[in-house]
Amino acid sequence: MIGLRKPLACQELVEIVTAYLDGAMSRRDRKRFEAHISGCDNCTTYVEQMRQTIAATGSVAEETIDPAARDELLEVFRNWKTAR
Amino acid sequence: MAAFALTLPSWFLVREDGGRMARRSGNLKPSAGGEDDALVARLRDGDEAAFREIVDRYGMALLGVARMYVKDRAAAEEVVQETWLAVLQGIDRFEGRSSLKTWIFRILANRAKTRGQRESRTVPFSAVAAADEAASEPSVEPERFFGTDSETPFAWAAPPVGWPEGQVESREALEIIRMAIDSLPDAQREVIRLRDIAGWTPEEVAEALEITDGNQRVLLHRARSVVRSALERYFNPEVATS
Repeated sequence: MIGLRKPLACQELVEIVTAYLDGAMSRRDRKRFEAHISGCDNCTTYVEQMRQTIAATGSVAEETIDPAARDELLEVFRNWKTAR
Repeated sequence: MAAFALTLPSWFLVREDGGRMARRSGNLKPSAGGEDDALVARLRDGDEAAFREIVDRYGMALLGVARMYVKDRAAAEEVVQETWLAVLQGIDRFEGRSSLKTWIFRILANRAKTRGQRESRTVPFSAVAAADEAASEPSVEPERFFGTDSETPFAWAAPPVGWPEGQVESREALEIIRMAIDSLPDAQREVIRLRDIAGWTPEEVAEALEITDGNQRVLLHRARSVVRSALERYFNPEVATS
């Protein structure tokens, strides 16, 4: 078959996981990715770990603004409000 | 394969659904428009609680993005404060053509660029350069794959081992993630914070940092790979090579 690319190697797959998860792949590349995954337990584990990593990162608390900086900003707000 | 259950983010589904996303700049949550309208109305009324709300929501992200443009934290803090004042002064003119968030970050980018030019700093090209650099770093150590002399070149030689169910979000694991993120180069750190902690879309990140969609993805991929490796060293020290 013309244009059929060789199968994806594991070492290549690990470089394109984010593109896959972002849906930023051509249909053809996605199929190639999924074809590899469906026959490779190791890469299935790898992608699952990336997915777990992303989910867990989502549970990390966002940093909060420094209270002094916040107070300063509220002062800016009050001045703006008075001048309005 | 049953183990390969992908949860796709909601914006991905929107994109698949005929590309509506491309025309909607900024926030994609269906409720964002109404939520923004209410916030903007309260800000116009001088409601301090509304201001507190957006400061808490975007304050740290603004600082992080500002740091991509200017040389030090003090300068970044000034740019952020200027941005908030500009937001207040411009709130009557906000027309809701973009989300409030996109509008605020656009103001920040303009202020930060002006400031960066004064410091003759050619940023945020630093993020672009950082993306090139990140792209050249392998996601997994090459030693973990077979070489060309093997019967299965480029296949796993030291494959990943599944992680214990539920442990990835334990307090220890989250601390490891936080430390790994803190240790990342600036551009990677900002991108993973915005994408994976704050939950921004690729488009929002690319716009706020004025980099391409491809650049933000390269930075995100590198950052995630580093975080995954850190978790692997914790869960499977016998597998991880470094």
